[in-house]
Amino acid sequence: MDTLVAAIVLLADPWVITVILLSAALGLFVGAMPGLTAAMAVALLVPVTLYMDPVPALAMIATLSCMAIFAGDIPGCLLRIPGTLASAAYAEEAYAMTQKGHAETALGASVVFAAIGGILGTVVLVTVAPELARIALRFSSFEYFWLVCLGLSCAVLVGSQSTTKSLLSLMLGLTVGMIGLNNPAAFPRLTFGSVDLLGGVELIAAMVGLFAVSEIFRMVTSGHRQPAPEFRPKGRILAGQWKLLRRYPAQWLGGSGIGTLIGALPGAGVDIAAWVSYAVSKRFSRRRHLFGTGHAEGIVAAGAANNAAVSGTWIPALVFGIPGDAITAILIGVLFLKGLSPGPMIFQNQADVIVALFVVFFAANLLMIPFGVAAIKLSVHILRIPKLMLVPAIMALCVIGAYAITNNPVSILVMLAFGVAGFVLMENEFPVAPAILGIVLGPMLEQNFFNSMIKADGNFLEFFARPMAMGLGIATIAIWAMLAIGVAAARLRPVPSGT
Amino acid sequence: MKKPNLLAVLASGALTLALAGPALADWPDRPITWIVPWGAGGAADQITRAVVPLMEKELGVPINVVLQPGGQGAVGHGAVAVAKPDGYTWGLGTVEISMLHWQGLAEFSAESFTVAAVLNADAGGLIVAKDSPYQTAGELLEAIKSNPPGTFKASGTGQGGIWHLGLLGWLLAEGLDPDTVPWVPNQGAGPSMQDLVAGGVDFTTNSLAEGRVLIDAGEARALAEMGTQRHALFPDTPTIEEATGTDYSVYTWRGVFGPAGIPDDVVDTFVAALDKARQSDQFKEVMANGGFGVAWIPTEEGTALITKSDKDFGVTMKAAGLIE
Repeated sequence: MDTLVAAIVLLADPWVITVILLSAALGLFVGAMPGLTAAMAVALLVPVTLYMDPVPALAMIATLSCMAIFAGDIPGCLLRIPGTLASAAYAEEAYAMTQKGHAETALGASVVFAAIGGILGTVVLVTVAPELARIALRFSSFEYFWLVCLGLSCAVLVGSQSTTKSLLSLMLGLTVGMIGLNNPAAFPRLTFGSVDLLGGVELIAAMVGLFAVSEIFRMVTSGHRQPAPEFRPKGRILAGQWKLLRRYPAQWLGGSGIGTLIGALPGAGVDIAAWVSYAVSKRFSRRRHLFGTGHAEGIVAAGAANNAAVSGTWIPALVFGIPGDAITAILIGVLFLKGLSPGPMIFQNQADVIVALFVVFFAANLLMIPFGVAAIKLSVHILRIPKLMLVPAIMALCVIGAYAITNNPVSILVMLAFGVAGFVLMENEFPVAPAILGIVLGPMLEQNFFNSMIKADGNFLEFFARPMAMGLGIATIAIWAMLAIGVAAARLRPVPSGT
Repeated sequence: MKKPNLLAVLASGALTLALAGPALADWPDRPITWIVPWGAGGAADQITRAVVPLMEKELGVPINVVLQPGGQGAVGHGAVAVAKPDGYTWGLGTVEISMLHWQGLAEFSAESFTVAAVLNADAGGLIVAKDSPYQTAGELLEAIKSNPPGTFKASGTGQGGIWHLGLLGWLLAEGLDPDTVPWVPNQGAGPSMQDLVAGGVDFTTNSLAEGRVLIDAGEARALAEMGTQRHALFPDTPTIEEATGTDYSVYTWRGVFGPAGIPDDVVDTFVAALDKARQSDQFKEVMANGGFGVAWIPTEEGTALITKSDKDFGVTMKAAGLIE
């Protein structure tokens, strides 16, 4: 209770409130602009957080990602172009509703169920994360080793259509993670004698490259103009939502549950949460034939799922330091910059900051309804902004940002190199998330493996000696076995499936 | 805040001007760069932020703080060491100055720097988990001696880091083989303390202040302070000498350094300003909140301290087989 009071004191600061309101507006803009992603916006804002206290810095990331994930629905509904990947699952459906003249209902459902999903996801975050942290306090390097293995396996399994491409992307990330002195022997590795690489590849600079610079390259090379929306939402956005709320309780409850769970899986993220939730609601619907024709049911489920997943992704990031998606991978970088180490100790050492963060999540999801309605009303103007005009400004922000992190021009080179790498990966349909997880988790994997081997005097069976380590180890091996069986079965099947 | 006596300030200012002679007229007449070789929010950054605003007022020029983390301090310290010794580049130096060059990771050593003052020194500690059977440092030491080598595992920071050297130095001081207690490298004191509580290691050698949260929560127990006197925050915890009779101490330190060869009059002016800044309430508050041990070891004494520290770590690393 004292912590809650302390948290509210931290938040009841005009500066913090200003930060929340500004990042809400920015999140809505970024989400509504196709081509600008939430991860890009967060990566670009990291240098700004250098000058902030931890609470406004975290509040900014949380608010921005909640708002951007909702706002991605707007161009999906009006133009059939999802604003962020998270809205891709139901952009067709929402556009079909617009063509039937129900754009207001579709957009209203987006904003209302995004808020509901976000709040339910936050309830799970608030209740589960501290409990999980209490258990994780008993985790030693054995448990962490298996946990990281699980995380990396998830990244490969759920990352994309092609397991091979995910695996290659992961290996690339793991290789980058090997650079520098941060290994158990503190031996400079893959630095080629450069002092600038002794500390490893600067994570934030790499992220800015992968998520912002690569997107700029894509915007410039794709070149096509975005059509202006023919339809402008003018009716009452929230009319009829109460009816949807009563008609589809299983959809928004289930969507929020699935969303939070998938968000919490490392590497899965908000877009996969929406796809799975849309597919599940279709599978169990009695009106399955209406899906895809402009039917609100799937939007209710998937719209709730992607915003619930935003909160879900923060659970493993805060408790274990294992990012749930790209945004939380950047978040981990920010936590370290702020002198907060993610892990179970953060719930004891900085309990007030964590509780303040929880309050921000609730506030952001409540703010979403008025702010979201305003964004919908303004969307016609936002979508008229020529995208290419934003490119120079974003590129300048990338360069300044990468430099500001370390005050070392080498970071700019790192950023550009990763920008090119990200562009090549994305253009060839390699998922980027496994690479990020590789960079973040590679050193953790190595360190926990070595520490465990030292503690076990080289006896690998010790990895199964502690009860929790045994459970996690068996789960990991079971997943690997499933993966192997899946690959073998695909090989044996004579006709390839249509992927 | 006490209102300063204007007359006294003017008088002392005039006096300093008169005594310092012509050099003061020249230095400083442009902004000073202050390099922090570690990341934002860390101890080096916190200490910097506590003294810099006050020193700006004292010296009358802006001081630009530049964070240059990377390479376990190699990047930022290196930038200070190779700067022009004109008094316009200083930095917050840490104990890594006396460690990195032995490992072949940096060109600079204690001799590469002009010492303004060492501002902070923290001794190592000896910490066990709450369910450990050992109540005193003596009992733990006895158990280490009477069990086969490798029975006990310790942590506190990374491989070859300051608290690893602290452990090795202690084992050597006890006449034990440095391989008696294998080191589990963790990323700093926080993760090491968590590993201790989770039962992953038997004890840690990081400073008691770094283990304060878990010690206060009753999850961990402080057995000894590896310093020459007891820790201010843990007055009931004996020093290692009081507990075991062996005269041993290991310190991590942080101070303000410039490149070697800065003219004496410039150093004197700078140190006078630093001395004022470190006596402020603002500085004392930051040090108390962070649990940082306050020290004031200026110029020659500071040089002597870091030179000794440099030599000692070299000896320990050689004896422990960490370097050739």
